[in-house]
Amino acid sequence: MSEVLLETRGLHVRFSVRHGDIARAVDGVDLVVNQGEVLALVGESGCGKTTLARTIMGLERPAEGEIRFEGEPLQYDSRFLRSYRGKVQMVFQDPMGSLNPRQTVYEAVAEGLRIQKPPGDEATRVADALARAGLRPPERFLQLYPYELSGGQRQRVVIAGAMVLNPSLLVADEPVSSLDASVRGEILKLMLELVRDAGVTILVVTHDLGLAWNIADRIAVMYLGRIVEEGPAEELLSHPRHPYTRALLSVVPEAEEMEQQILQGEAPDPTRIPTGCRFHPRCPLVASGEASRLGIEERCRTDDLVLHEVAPEHRAACHAL
Amino acid sequence: MSTIAWARRRRAFQRSWADYRRNGEGIAGLVVLGAFIAVALLAPILADPSNLKVVNTTENPVWAPPTEYAPLGTDNFGRPIWDQLIYGSRVSLLVGVAATLIAIVIGTVVGVVAGFVGGWTDSGLSRLTEWFLVIPFLPLAIVLAAVLGPSVRNIILVIGITSWPGTARLIRAQVLTVKQRLYVERSRALGASSGHVMGRHILPNVMPLVLANTTLTVPIAILSETALAFLGLGDPSSISWGQMLEEAFSFGALTREAWWWYLPPGLCVIVVVLAFTLVGRALEEVLDPRLREQRK
Amino acid sequence: MSAPLLSVRDLRVTYRSETGDVPAVRGVSFDVAHGETLGLAGESGCGKSTIAGALLRVLPRGTEVTGEVLLDGEDVLEMKPGRLRAVRWTEMSIVFQGALHALNPVQRVGDQIAEAIEAHRTAEDPAARVAELLETVGMPARRAGDYPHQLSGGQRQRVLIALALACNPRILIADEPTTALDVMVQAQVLELLERLQKELALSMIFITHDLSTLSYVCQRTAVMYAGRVIEEGLADEVFARPRHPYTAALAAAFPLIGDHTHRMKPSGLGGDPPDPRAIPSGCPFHPRCAVAVAECTSADIELWPAGEGRQAACIHVLDGTPR
Repeated sequence: MSEVLLETRGLHVRFSVRHGDIARAVDGVDLVVNQGEVLALVGESGCGKTTLARTIMGLERPAEGEIRFEGEPLQYDSRFLRSYRGKVQMVFQDPMGSLNPRQTVYEAVAEGLRIQKPPGDEATRVADALARAGLRPPERFLQLYPYELSGGQRQRVVIAGAMVLNPSLLVADEPVSSLDASVRGEILKLMLELVRDAGVTILVVTHDLGLAWNIADRIAVMYLGRIVEEGPAEELLSHPRHPYTRALLSVVPEAEEMEQQILQGEAPDPTRIPTGCRFHPRCPLVASGEASRLGIEERCRTDDLVLHEVAPEHRAACHAL
Repeated sequence: MSTIAWARRRRAFQRSWADYRRNGEGIAGLVVLGAFIAVALLAPILADPSNLKVVNTTENPVWAPPTEYAPLGTDNFGRPIWDQLIYGSRVSLLVGVAATLIAIVIGTVVGVVAGFVGGWTDSGLSRLTEWFLVIPFLPLAIVLAAVLGPSVRNIILVIGITSWPGTARLIRAQVLTVKQRLYVERSRALGASSGHVMGRHILPNVMPLVLANTTLTVPIAILSETALAFLGLGDPSSISWGQMLEEAFSFGALTREAWWWYLPPGLCVIVVVLAFTLVGRALEEVLDPRLREQRK
Repeated sequence: MSAPLLSVRDLRVTYRSETGDVPAVRGVSFDVAHGETLGLAGESGCGKSTIAGALLRVLPRGTEVTGEVLLDGEDVLEMKPGRLRAVRWTEMSIVFQGALHALNPVQRVGDQIAEAIEAHRTAEDPAARVAELLETVGMPARRAGDYPHQLSGGQRQRVLIALALACNPRILIADEPTTALDVMVQAQVLELLERLQKELALSMIFITHDLSTLSYVCQRTAVMYAGRVIEEGLADEVFARPRHPYTAALAAAFPLIGDHTHRMKPSGLGGDPPDPRAIPSGCPFHPRCAVAVAECTSADIELWPAGEGRQAACIHVLDGTPR
């Protein structure tokens, strides 16, 4: 059994939105990230996956629950947070936006070093990080500005800026979704190299199940602020148990064998989380009458539920299982 | 590393300058402005300050048109218009620039603090800004000038503390935009403190706007000085273009059709204001990333 | 096979810019038959959206467009402004990407659709037609009174589709219609487009960078690179058995879940899409190509037959070696 690197316990994050409504963006998440793995957090936009990632980074404070990193609870004083961020780093969706247009590649990569002040020569570490991120030779890139780079190169700079601190955990929020298709694979390849060579653990937030198939060891599927299914990637993608995961998988053009189950409506509203199983208003099992045949429809509508084991290391939250 | 940083600055400056050079209006404004500044600096060579005093010009013809008393004729006391015009440029430019500096400093500090700190501070400062903004400028300036008494220093103060709200609002908006940027979030994720974010990301992205805004505030300050002086609230002991206009008006230059008295200072004000505006617009276009993105 | 509805012959588009000419499309030919859906695949900057603009002639003034765009034998590029206005929307219309910006934020969506109908006088009662169109795209007719911000992303995309259908066009150009949408909403929109295409016997040009989507909605696919078509064929075939190495890389970006050749083995292309101002000589793909040979840097590459209804612009097609 691998060692736990990061763990969230009963994590709740709430935002007040207009008219005094409270959005429960993260609504009771227990998530474990093991040392050395690639964990994909999958879900539709608005399911709370980005908020969860930002909360793990300490950029958002939970209303309830805690985050433990290497067994120690995350504290929110500035000194603790700064040293924590030396160990946990983040890569964002839009590489153009995450680079200051007035900073050169060198400054962008060196920024973390200037903040964290680890020992060692800054220039060497920057060049080293760029080379490891696949920008070779680094000297060619040091003095360039973001607009002089291609999308893929920009994302490599952002990754170098994170890796220059030698973090143990890299949180990547949709790292390739804004990149050209032909370049995506290269960035994913780089991420796998970092796991293998630098021993980094990666939590990748994505809506793309194909990406999860490409690089993830484990997958956690999130729906409306809660993890509804999690398990080893191959097991989960070949035997999805939760009806939401099944629907999600069925509409991916890359998985054609399944009969399409297109859910109607859009990502639901986190200010109005349904009672019972939060998925029941859109659940194909409920809609088709399958749930009432199984005699669980009442429970779907009223009983909230947690993840339970459906196969070794594979857990799902559905009354039908 | 400082050499690299220095080389980079120089490169950035060269690129901005190359962009600026492509802007014909901006270059025209810069040339005109340069000429006026040179004139103001070289005033002792170009003109004779003793000619500004009534007691020294009793020998001169009064109300002389340029044809009679070169180069620009004289006023009702026989003072040559030329010397007044040259020395007037000093006061007008000084008041314009100094008042603008006060306004920009207040405006930038208020805007940055309001935008960056947010919350109650923002609400408080924004109300204050709006309060200054809705009060009509002239009555407020007149009251202030009357209370403080007429002197160049007070004119600068009056214009300075009445013209900052526009800057403050602009800067606050820019700070709010930059604060939302992903690179600020990335910097925080790297462990940055507020001071670091401010120094490394917010200010560098706000300062160009401040610079462009400065050049656009100077002409307003010059016009304000002209207006105040014209209304008799200027410093009677120092000559400025506004002061000249005021005197020309009150001594009946208009009815006497002594155009050589009121036309030169009027034209100078218009041309300097125009030049500053052209330079400011050009700078805005070169330095403001939003406008630059639009062009692409 | 009957004459195609739309036939594009040697289309070339060159943008004029301060820093010189930018050849965005460099000789593209394709046909779209009645009721057929053609996929145009490629990455940003390959010229695919420029083609959409050229077909409807909505490119910036001064852009040089040559070649032929034959709609039922009539050249769109030669049309007088009056005729062009009549053809736009009634014959050929477009669903733009970015559902957020393509709608006027201060006008009710129903009025925006009605405007198109009234401009072309294609229906007696615009209001009734708006209601009918909204039902067609799977939205309640009462949403006609909503403003764009009151609709979700998927609903706005549906409104844009309704807008494109307002004047019963025969050809619908869909430019990245699902790119910004969520997976589930994407599936809803694709399902809708597929249904409309069948029910209304529409011809469609579907533009995207996602080859897997094309294999799902299109009969045929043309893959573009650096302003040219580099592979063409049946959509499934192109996606499943690409002949051009670029197509192969593009296909690999959307791995088949369950296919173990891609499990933990992401693959992509080194380098970046070429700058249209500096397109490499010979085969424009050669700097990024893993199977390039010496001739690729200089040889004239054209679309060569590569099997039944297949063409590919790769030198390896000639010597018969599979890539």
